[in-house]
Amino acid sequence: MLDALGDARRRSILERLLEGPLAVGVLAQQLPISRPAVSQHLRVLKEAELVIEAVAGTRHLYRINPRGFEAVRGYFDRFWTTALDNFAALAVVEAATDNGPDGESGAEREERRDEH
Amino acid sequence: MSTESSTEIVVERAASVPLAPEEAFVLFTERMTEWWPKEHSIGSSPFAQIVVEPHAGGRWFERGEDGNECQWGRVGRWEPPGELVLLWQIGANWAFDPDLETEVEISFTPSATGGTRIELRHRHLERYGDQADAMRGAFDSPEGWTATLTRFVDHAS
Repeated sequence: MLDALGDARRRSILERLLEGPLAVGVLAQQLPISRPAVSQHLRVLKEAELVIEAVAGTRHLYRINPRGFEAVRGYFDRFWTTALDNFAALAVVEAATDNGPDGESGAEREERRDEH
Repeated sequence: MSTESSTEIVVERAASVPLAPEEAFVLFTERMTEWWPKEHSIGSSPFAQIVVEPHAGGRWFERGEDGNECQWGRVGRWEPPGELVLLWQIGANWAFDPDLETEVEISFTPSATGGTRIELRHRHLERYGDQADAMRGAFDSPEGWTATLTRFVDHAS
């Protein structure tokens, strides 16, 4: 089962890491979580590919893995492409109905003309 | 301006339209219902209307065909005709989440030909990381959400 407390702790760890890379010990000092528990949560986050572990000498640093966010990025990239395409198409129709032959009525706000 | 950290995740898109910025701004906000992708609704029924209240702090919500309102977020900045910021607060579980704040920044710039260049930046998508358990796969497909939970439970156990 999902452990709600575990979720909240993982969130707090991610929030810290969003500010920059940190070592396990530092995270354990900053959060009300024991060091073994921090390690456990980091392992989960690492398996979920949301954080990356880097070894510098004897220190293990953890940081956010931007590639873990590819699905989010891809989703919004597709979404806004579709949305702005729709918007631009509507704007073209609007410009054609608004401006009539002289094409100069840009300054005047047009109330909607639904029919003609 | 430059609050960007190395981990900020942004999606940027742009479009050019043959309308003056004033008209483009109105079309974008007052008539969002007409251009918003139909399948992108989180209510209990398809949306009948999308409302962007025209002031900073205003609500941004959909009203379903069944009359129910479903909040999406808020207006962060309302400066027609040039600047608009919408705070997108829909979580990875497709429900309004008051604790999540991602920013959709839209600028309307006049072009030389009398039209408008629209630049959209959806900022701080890294904040979805707070929802690590829900996020993986949630954005891949409508079914992704269930698969994600299953996978996460496997990881967590």
